[in-house]
Amino acid sequence: MLSIDGALLDFKRLDNLANSDSPIHRLDPRAKVLTTLVFIVAVVSFGRYELSALLPFFVFPAAVIGIADLPAGYIARKVALLCPFALMVAIFNPLFDRAVMLRLGPVGISGGWISCASILLRASLTVGAAIILLAVTGFPAICRALERLGMPPAFAVQLLFLYRYIFVLTEEGGRAARARELRSCGRKGLGMRVYGALLGSLLIRTWQRAERIHMAMLARGFTGAFHTRHTFRFGTRETVFLFGWSALFIFLRFQNLPQLLGTLLTGIVS
Amino acid sequence: MSHHIVEVKHLRHVYPDGTDALRDVSFRITHGESVAIIGANGAGKSTLLLHLNGYLIPSAGEIRIGDFPLNRETLPEIRRTVGMVFQDPDDQLFMPTVREDVSFGPLNLGLPGEEVERRVADALRRVDAAHLQDKAPYHLSGGEKKRVAIATVLSMSPDILVMDEPTNGLDPYARRQLIGLLREFRHTKIFTSHDLDMVMELCERVIILHRGEVMADGPAAEIFQDEELLAACHLEKPLSMQGCPRCGTYGGGRP
Repeated sequence: MLSIDGALLDFKRLDNLANSDSPIHRLDPRAKVLTTLVFIVAVVSFGRYELSALLPFFVFPAAVIGIADLPAGYIARKVALLCPFALMVAIFNPLFDRAVMLRLGPVGISGGWISCASILLRASLTVGAAIILLAVTGFPAICRALERLGMPPAFAVQLLFLYRYIFVLTEEGGRAARARELRSCGRKGLGMRVYGALLGSLLIRTWQRAERIHMAMLARGFTGAFHTRHTFRFGTRETVFLFGWSALFIFLRFQNLPQLLGTLLTGIVS
Repeated sequence: MSHHIVEVKHLRHVYPDGTDALRDVSFRITHGESVAIIGANGAGKSTLLLHLNGYLIPSAGEIRIGDFPLNRETLPEIRRTVGMVFQDPDDQLFMPTVREDVSFGPLNLGLPGEEVERRVADALRRVDAAHLQDKAPYHLSGGEKKRVAIATVLSMSPDILVMDEPTNGLDPYARRQLIGLLREFRHTKIFTSHDLDMVMELCERVIILHRGEVMADGPAAEIFQDEELLAACHLEKPLSMQGCPRCGTYGGGRP
């Protein structure tokens, strides 16, 4: 059984990565959030049969992984973990879309297969970018950046609390699930019915905890506004990072680089 | 200095479901005292603590902290004066990093930046946790969490420290460390605990609650000798005062 605790431990590794130091880590989080956003928009805005034009986009994750010294294998595994979901979305395309669009010698490749591959490629690019953003910025900093960029503070606070207590909640849920499993002696236990009660008690416990947290906040003078002290500095480095990358993404969006190179090469040869 | 006084007069609390948690509780704790409130489970200890910083409103009776009666106007000042450390540090540490958590209180007080920083550094140093300031709370061990939880309260420079089960869930070393730490604090201290040996070490005065009423209030050494009283309140002598089960000799308090 893939344990919840194991997945959680992995989460903590992402957190630890965010605490390391590199030129990318030191950038203002807003620059990183916006750049990632432009990247994702550029990638998903391609037509459904686009394949070759997507490939140059891998330069962004590769560059950030290189500069920030992230463990590439770990990031790849994280992305692979989410790929089955993308596959579920894409798997029916080859069945429904059988018109041949491309011929590689005798083999005809249908539009369905191409759009399926395109979805997978786009999923790994966007999920990869998001995970990398998390690894070089950290969740709390992303929330603060979003808040500074105009997200309502209530949402930012919600997100922060979600991230803080997801660990506590999964631990509690894991304990309850383990207790059930141990007492059902390898059989079905009481079946689905018991999960309803389990979830219910988890909900009530969460509620009670929320009440205690609120108590602790009031005890320390909470009046409704979250004050944090963070110096945000959007300097030259951030500007260069944001506009440099964005310009590249926009260029790659409208110019198919592999095709361009191809015609250039064939032009030279002929 | 009268502002470190805690006075509770005929406090009564009935929960909305009809549970009579506190019936008639009165005591007065003066400046610099270290007092333990003990009692069996469900005796009303937690309910009592929640009144001391105004989280619960008394059904009847009065609470005075320092020179002020506890009411809506005095609540902000009283919450600064009374530093409350909750039983589960996970409830207390809700910010993404230790430093942000410790600065939460001072920032709410509206203090300027350098002052906040000074207080955070000071509070963390006092609980020997300066090296933890950039960590996330869920990366800390139980003992570390507890010490940081205390720092979050110290940074507001309270006059009175109220702690619910401070040694609960700590290993012997962390417990010992915490007791050493608490002994150094000059605040007025109020604890609830089932760890009666800790109470013996830290508190000169004990208040026993039983079914929502004060059953005894006096010097710790005296109360822990009264076996009849303890049994009636579902309590036992501290282990250090019980006979040694292996060699059969009787200890007389702390060695």
